[in-house]
Amino acid sequence: MKRRALLLASLPLPALAATERLKAGVFEPAQAAPEFALKGSDGAALSLARFKGKLVLLVFGFTHCPEVCPTTLATLAQARKQLGPEAADVQVVYVTVDPERDDINRIRQYLTAFDPSFIGGTDTPDTLAAMRKRYGVVAEKIAPKQGNAYGMNHSTSVWLIDRSGKLQAMMPYGHPAKDFVHDLRLLLAAK
Amino acid sequence: MKRLLWLLPVVVLAPLAWAAFAPLEPASRDELFEIPKGTYARRMAGDKVEILPDTIHLTLGLNDQLLLRNHDEVPQQFGPVLIMPGQSFRLPFEVASTYSFACSAHASGQMSVVVAPNPAAGWPRLQWRWQHWKNVYKTETVA
Repeated sequence: MKRRALLLASLPLPALAATERLKAGVFEPAQAAPEFALKGSDGAALSLARFKGKLVLLVFGFTHCPEVCPTTLATLAQARKQLGPEAADVQVVYVTVDPERDDINRIRQYLTAFDPSFIGGTDTPDTLAAMRKRYGVVAEKIAPKQGNAYGMNHSTSVWLIDRSGKLQAMMPYGHPAKDFVHDLRLLLAAK
Repeated sequence: MKRLLWLLPVVVLAPLAWAAFAPLEPASRDELFEIPKGTYARRMAGDKVEILPDTIHLTLGLNDQLLLRNHDEVPQQFGPVLIMPGQSFRLPFEVASTYSFACSAHASGQMSVVVAPNPAAGWPRLQWRWQHWKNVYKTETVA
């Protein structure tokens, strides 16, 4: 009994708590999230290194998205509100899968409607495709049934990157804000 | 001999009653899928290697954690995620529903996870056990 207690005491508890109880899917062991270099909607260069020390919630989408992106971004905005002061350590990064229509201005206006702290990213189609490949993200154009208004089929999950830049988890689409708050609190506590 | 006939219904009904009402206690809640070492090389050689089915069926409280493990030497797209060599990905489910994921590893471009509610005592639990034993038998026969 005593030996078991000693063993438990020797475990890295914050890390254990963060990986074992998340509502999101967890990578074991967590590895460095792929770095990227895009044009940010705030006018500055957008890279992962820029947010070291913060939790990054990485989302892929497009501003003409009729359902998934608005739902996800509204959920993340709600989660940040529920976090209170801790939200200062959480950065939402929204990377477009539709650079043809999503320029920096459009992304900025779109994101501001959800939460002015959200930062978007775009770049050339090749740069964005290379980034998606490194994250295992799928995106493809859906031909319009009529007119020019094409759609995009894309991965709908949110990637959770910890303060040290490690890809810890992936939250599938559809989880409520309280699940994000739950996981963000655990990850924020695991310093 | 005739005197023992009254035992027959007991012998038949007792296991059925147990199967219908005894609680389900799985040893693990993980539904494991693994990419074996050498999978990338086999694919490059033209082998069609399919590990994850298009649809995965899970049950809450029993096998409600999808566990994907990459034993290969290169990163692998496995369902909705890219998994590094030696890495695992464990995805828990807490709500019974059908979940769809965009997935480049499937020809359809999609993978579905159907999560069923925990079978209630009685007929649903009996059906679940029957299906489970059938699957175990099938797996052991194939192996």
